[in-house]
Amino acid sequence: MSSETDKPAGHDESRRTFLKQSSLLTAFTIVPGPVLQAATYELDEKVAAAFEKVSLKLEVNGVKHKLSVEPRTTLLDLLRENLNLTGTKKGCDYGQCGACTVHVDGQRVNSCLSFAVMHEGKKITTIEGLAEGGKLHPMQEAFVKHDGFQCGYCTPGQIMSAVACVREGHAGSETEIREFMSGNICRCGAYSNIVAAIQEVKNGGQKV
Amino acid sequence: MNQFQYVRPSKPQAAIEAVTKDANATFIAGGTNLVDLMKRGIATPQKLVDINRLPLNKIEKENNGLRIGALALNSAVADDKLVRQKQPLLALALNAGASAQLRNMATVGGNMLQRTRCSYFYDLAMPCNKREPGTGCGALEGINRMHAIFGFSDKCIAVHPSDMSVALVALDATVLVSGPKGERRIPFADFHRLPGDTPEKDTNLEKGELITAVDIPDGPFTKHVHYQKVRERASYAFALLSVAAALDIENNTIKAARLAMGGVAHKPWRLTAAEQVLVGKPATEATFRQAAEVAMQGAKAFKHNAYKLKLGPNTIVQALRTAAAAA
Repeated sequence: MSSETDKPAGHDESRRTFLKQSSLLTAFTIVPGPVLQAATYELDEKVAAAFEKVSLKLEVNGVKHKLSVEPRTTLLDLLRENLNLTGTKKGCDYGQCGACTVHVDGQRVNSCLSFAVMHEGKKITTIEGLAEGGKLHPMQEAFVKHDGFQCGYCTPGQIMSAVACVREGHAGSETEIREFMSGNICRCGAYSNIVAAIQEVKNGGQKV
Repeated sequence: MNQFQYVRPSKPQAAIEAVTKDANATFIAGGTNLVDLMKRGIATPQKLVDINRLPLNKIEKENNGLRIGALALNSAVADDKLVRQKQPLLALALNAGASAQLRNMATVGGNMLQRTRCSYFYDLAMPCNKREPGTGCGALEGINRMHAIFGFSDKCIAVHPSDMSVALVALDATVLVSGPKGERRIPFADFHRLPGDTPEKDTNLEKGELITAVDIPDGPFTKHVHYQKVRERASYAFALLSVAAALDIENNTIKAARLAMGGVAHKPWRLTAAEQVLVGKPATEATFRQAAEVAMQGAKAFKHNAYKLKLGPNTIVQALRTAAAAA
């Protein structure tokens, strides 16, 4: 892996491919001998052996996908590594920061804490799916207007969470917004501007 | 993360059978705790039985009470009209836990089955009898500021992290369970265990038993309720200590009371002796202080959590005062 740091900056795609290939190699060397027996009892639906890829149908940002994934692939990794939708960020990877927030059937969730296979048949919306026809979503516009970020790393998660917060009806006051946005950590401390952006969208009455 | 087999049955019986027959199989619902533990190598199941498609997420009236399906999401329960009307304490406790995103994933059954957040349980380099029986307890002589003041043993001083469970034990809930030997009902107070010599067992569930629902009997606690949670930031943190308080007050006299604490023991800590102190007395600061004193009897602190001996009674008084004033 040491060669990775020697690579010149700006080669995101090749770096990602390299990481993918190297992790695949690691996976093959770790795989132990015994292959699990197929289940003997009746299981009405999906069965996947441990080292086997599972077929998975998902709709992401309105696009239907037929995929093949390992059961241990998280929804976050599926989005970033398989579908190259890198707008959704990996912050802590343990459900503590909210950078990975996406919508599953309209509900905001931490995509790092669930396995992709568990979302079979569901509709996923990521930050890439928020704008319509090249026009920013009102929440995106409000974040720009109110400077709701500095470094920007938590921003996709903040915006996905903010949209859900308004839709859920949990943006009634500054206190309520702060409580219901507490699952999204911003280390730059843009909180007051984020709250202002959410309040503007809430009070603006646009379709969110 | 270790690799695992994945199955997704659509009938409860098939799910129960799948876990019963396989020593290394476990149920997965919201996954908010299990996936975290698997990423860290603390849980290493070889088979995950996904129960999310089982029909167990209804919230309905049942026999003079509420029946909440085990797969009802924490957010759905907290926002549910029936719950808010009949058991507002439960909604308050749920909204005090985790974040909006996690509550959209976490289920009622899974919330009860959370493992402790003891940092020694999470640190694979440290001894932990809960994670690896027989290795010792790192917290006993370690940084134990988050730890228990009631019901601990020399094997484990960890606390249970659930807020929801503190409300449920106060509300006399019952856990409905279905397993290889049939169905049974477990009073909420008997669902979680004290650590004793077997801290690896958090609950009294048997292998293969699946939580199907929680029953909460209707009661008079529809108005004077409060869940007071003390933590190190304003939101989205586990409790240092929490108190669930429910009062039935008539003409300023307490007719019935429920009190439970979180963050103080291996299980949600019901305070029945303190409840008895409250009943029949005026809803005053003096009464609350007296109940708090009784509640703390038998508490014992470790090197770094002596603050809980003071925080406990103060939080009880604050919770009771707020509950009494709730309109």
